[in-house]
Amino acid sequence: MAHFDENAKPFSNKWLNERIGVDTLKRVLSTEYWIPKNINFLWAMGMVLAATFGLLLVSGIFLLMYYVPDTKQAFDSVNFTIMSEVGYGWLWRHIHGVGASVVFLIIYIHMFTGIYYGSYKRGRELIWLSGMLLFVAFSAEAFSGYMLPWGQMSYWAGMVITNLFAGGSLHADGFVEWIRGDYVPGQAYLGRFFMLHVLLIPLAIIGLIVFHFGTLRLPHVNNKDGEEFDFDAEAEKWKAGQRKESKVIPFNPVFLSKDVFVMGVYFILFFYLVFYHFEFAMDPVNFDPADGLKTPAHIYPEWYFLWSYEILRPFPTDPGLIAFAFAQVIFMLLPFLDRSPNVAPANKRKPFRCWFWILLIDMIVLTFMGKLPPEGIWSTIGLVAAVTFIVLWIALPFITKLEKKL
Amino acid sequence: MKELKILSVVAIFTLILYWGVEPFAHSQMHKHVEYKHLKYSDLKAIPKGDAKKGEALVAACTGCHSIKAANKPAPMDALASSAAYGVNPPDLSLAGKVMDDKFFAHFLLDPAKVTSSKHISMPPSAGSIEDAADIVAYFKSIAPKEVTNKEAYEFACGRCHADRYGNWTQIGDVPKTKSNIKTGVDLEKLEFDKKVGAYQNKLADYMGKLPPDLSIMIRARSEHFMKTFIEDPQSQLPGTAMPRVGLNEEGMEKVIGYLEETGDPSKPKREATGPWVLGFFAIFTLLAYGWYKSQWKGLK
Amino acid sequence: MADRRDFMGMALGAFTGLGALGALYAAKRTWDPLPSVKAAGFTTLDLSNVPENTLITEKWRGKPIFILKQSKKMLEFAKKKNEMNRLIKVGNDYYAITVGLCTHLGCIPAYNADDSSFLCACHGATYDSTANVTRAPAPRGLDIPPFKLDGNKVVLGETGPEYKKLLADGVTLPV
Repeated sequence: MAHFDENAKPFSNKWLNERIGVDTLKRVLSTEYWIPKNINFLWAMGMVLAATFGLLLVSGIFLLMYYVPDTKQAFDSVNFTIMSEVGYGWLWRHIHGVGASVVFLIIYIHMFTGIYYGSYKRGRELIWLSGMLLFVAFSAEAFSGYMLPWGQMSYWAGMVITNLFAGGSLHADGFVEWIRGDYVPGQAYLGRFFMLHVLLIPLAIIGLIVFHFGTLRLPHVNNKDGEEFDFDAEAEKWKAGQRKESKVIPFNPVFLSKDVFVMGVYFILFFYLVFYHFEFAMDPVNFDPADGLKTPAHIYPEWYFLWSYEILRPFPTDPGLIAFAFAQVIFMLLPFLDRSPNVAPANKRKPFRCWFWILLIDMIVLTFMGKLPPEGIWSTIGLVAAVTFIVLWIALPFITKLEKKL
Repeated sequence: MKELKILSVVAIFTLILYWGVEPFAHSQMHKHVEYKHLKYSDLKAIPKGDAKKGEALVAACTGCHSIKAANKPAPMDALASSAAYGVNPPDLSLAGKVMDDKFFAHFLLDPAKVTSSKHISMPPSAGSIEDAADIVAYFKSIAPKEVTNKEAYEFACGRCHADRYGNWTQIGDVPKTKSNIKTGVDLEKLEFDKKVGAYQNKLADYMGKLPPDLSIMIRARSEHFMKTFIEDPQSQLPGTAMPRVGLNEEGMEKVIGYLEETGDPSKPKREATGPWVLGFFAIFTLLAYGWYKSQWKGLK
Repeated sequence: MADRRDFMGMALGAFTGLGALGALYAAKRTWDPLPSVKAAGFTTLDLSNVPENTLITEKWRGKPIFILKQSKKMLEFAKKKNEMNRLIKVGNDYYAITVGLCTHLGCIPAYNADDSSFLCACHGATYDSTANVTRAPAPRGLDIPPFKLDGNKVVLGETGPEYKKLLADGVTLPV
C-alpha cells in the first residue's frame, strides 16, 4: 500500500509521484534510457518514422472529416470537396499522399541499416521481427488507403491484388468473392477497406510500435561497431559525471537533440515534395475516376511494392505465387538464416558485405523492372533479378556459416 | 566526415531509385510528343479577308449556329440539335477570338479533313479560300475584346465535354433549383438532368463514346499532354474521335487556364504557402543544430 | 542535470510552438463551413398567394421558416399590443416572418389558427399572432431572419434596411 502525504500540494511533483510515479517514468523512458554514443544519423530513422506516422495520422484525421466512403461519391469527395472547398484540405491531402510514399523510403533505409549493422542478432531477434510485422502492417495500410480515392488505379490494383488470392491453379474464386464482398471491387469492398484503413490497421500499428519499443528496452539499441558492453556500468560513469568517458548517452536530451536535427533536415525535404514535387506519390492515373469497363494502358503498384510485384510476374502462375509468398516471408527469417556469430557492420564481414550490396542492387533492379511493361529485355532482366533474389537468400546460411569469428 | 559519406550513399541510391521509377519508366511507357506552338504546318497560309464580304456569306451559318454577338439566335435548342446532328453546334461569337485564322479558313472548306475527325456533321461551308478568309475576317471583327477562361472552354470544348467541378454540363451550367417543401422532390432539377442525359446519349452515339468530363483532366494527364493533345489529338491518341479544334495561342492559354481552375484550384495557394513552410523548417533545423551541438559538447 | 540553462533547447521549443500555432490555424480552417454551404444560404419567398391566418412553412439554411399573413383581426391585436414593428410589410399586406424554432431550446412550435397563437409542445412556451412570446420558458419572441424586400418577394439571407432597423431597435436578435 503506497504512502500518501496529506500535506503534499495537489498536482505538485511529490503528489504526482505518489500516484503515478512520474519521476520513475521519466527516468526509465527518457533521462536514464541509455543509447550508445557510437552511432550515426541513420540511428534517427526510427524517430523520423514515428514523426511521419504522426503526420499521416493527423492529416488522415482531417481527411476523414470530409471523405465519403461511397463508390459514387468517394472520388469527388477527395478531388473536389477536400482539394478545393475545404480550408487547407489540399495541404492535408498532399501531406497524406506524399507521407504514405516517403514513409516507405524511410522504412527501407531503417531496415537496411539494421541488416548492415547486424542489429537483428544476439538478443535483438524480436526487435527485427516486430519491425518486419510493422512493415507488413504498413503495407496493408498503404494498400487499403490507396483504394479509397476510387480512381482507376484504386479499382484495378484492387482487382488484380485480390485476384491473387484465387491461388493460381487452386481457382479459389469463391474466396476472392468473399474477400471483396462482391463479384468485383464495389461498395462492399470499399467499405471494408475503409474500415481497415481508418480503424483496424492503425490500431494494430500503434500496438506493434509499442511492442517494437518494448523489444528494444532490454537488449538496448545497437551501435556502429556492433560492440557489446555493460550498459549499467557505462550508465554509472555518466551519472558520476564522466560524460566523455562513458560509452552511453541518455535518450533525453542528448540522443533526442540529434534526432530532432535529423528530423529538421528531413522535414525540409519532405515539405519540398509536398508543395512542389508530388506526382511520384499521387500518380496521374488515379485522377481518372474508377471505370470497371476500361483497364488503363499501364497498371502498376506504388513504387515500394514494385520489387515484390516483379518477383511474382516473370514466373508462370503457380511458381510465381510461391516465389511471391517466399519474398514476403523470407526477411522475417533473417536472424535465423544468418549463421555467423559476428555482430559487426557489414564492411567488417567480407562475404556478408558482398551479399548485402548485391541484395540492395538486386532489389533496386527488381523495382525498376516492376514498373516497366513486361516486354522484351525488361522481362528478361526481371527474371534474372527475381532468380538472383531467391538464390541470395538460399545462399545466406552457407556464406555466413563460413565466416570467421572476428 | 564519415556521416556525410553515408548520407551521400543513401542520397545517391535514393535518386537512382527515383530516376528509374519515375522519369525513366515513364519515358519508356509514353513516347514524347513535341508541342508545335500551334503552327498547323499542314495548312497553307490564307489571303487577307474582307469582313464586309464575310458578313454576307455568314447567312449560311445561322441555319445551324447562333451568333449572340450579332444578335442571331439559335435555330434549335441544344437537345433538338443533338438529335439532328449528334452535338449542339456552338455559338460563333468567340470564333474569331480563340481560333487560329488559318485553321478556321481551311476548316470551312473541308471540316472533316481539317479536324482529322471521322464524325463531323458540319458540311463544307465556303466555296473558296477567299470566301473562307472573308468569313474569318467577319468573325474577327465581331469578336469581343475580353474573354474569360470559362467562356473559351464553353466555346471550344463545352458542347462535348462536361466539367462538373465548374458546374458545367454540355447544355449549360447546372441551374440553382429548389425542392418542393412537402415532398422533397426537385422537379426542375430532375427535368434538367433528363435533358442532359438525353443529350449525352445522342452525343455518345455520335462520337462512339461519351467524351470524358474534364474536371480534373489536367492532373490526370499533365499540362504538356493536354496542350499537345488539343493541338493534334491523333499525335497522342491515334484513332481518337476527338477532332482537332484549331485554337490560337490565346484560346489555348484560356482553355488550359480553365482546366487549371477546376482541376488544380489550390495551385496558387500551394505556391504561396510553400516558401513559408520551407522557411520555417530551415530556421527550425538551424536552431535544432544549435541544440544538438550544445548537448553533445565535450562528449566525443 | 539542470545545472546550466538549456537556452538552445528553449529557443527551439519556442520556435516549434510558433509552428504548432500555424498548424492549429490550418486545422481551424479545415473545420470552417464550406463555401458551397455558405452560398446555399439564400432563399427567395414568393408571397403572391399566401392565405391569411394560415401558417406556411419554408426552409432556409436547413431551418423551418414561419410565414404568417396577418388578418384584420390579427392586425388590430398587433396595433393594440404595440407589436406592429414585429411585422414585415410586403405590398399592402403584413406578415410575421420568423425562424420556426422555439427560442428556448429549438423545438418547432405548433400553430393554432382558432386563436392565432403558437404552442411549443416541448416545455409549454406560447407565442401570439406576431410570434412574440406570451409564456415562459421561451426568453423572447421567435427570431426574425435577415431579409431583403424585392417587390412582392422576400430574399432570406440578404440584409435590407428594414432588417437592419429591426436589429437596431432590438426587435430581434441576429440569427
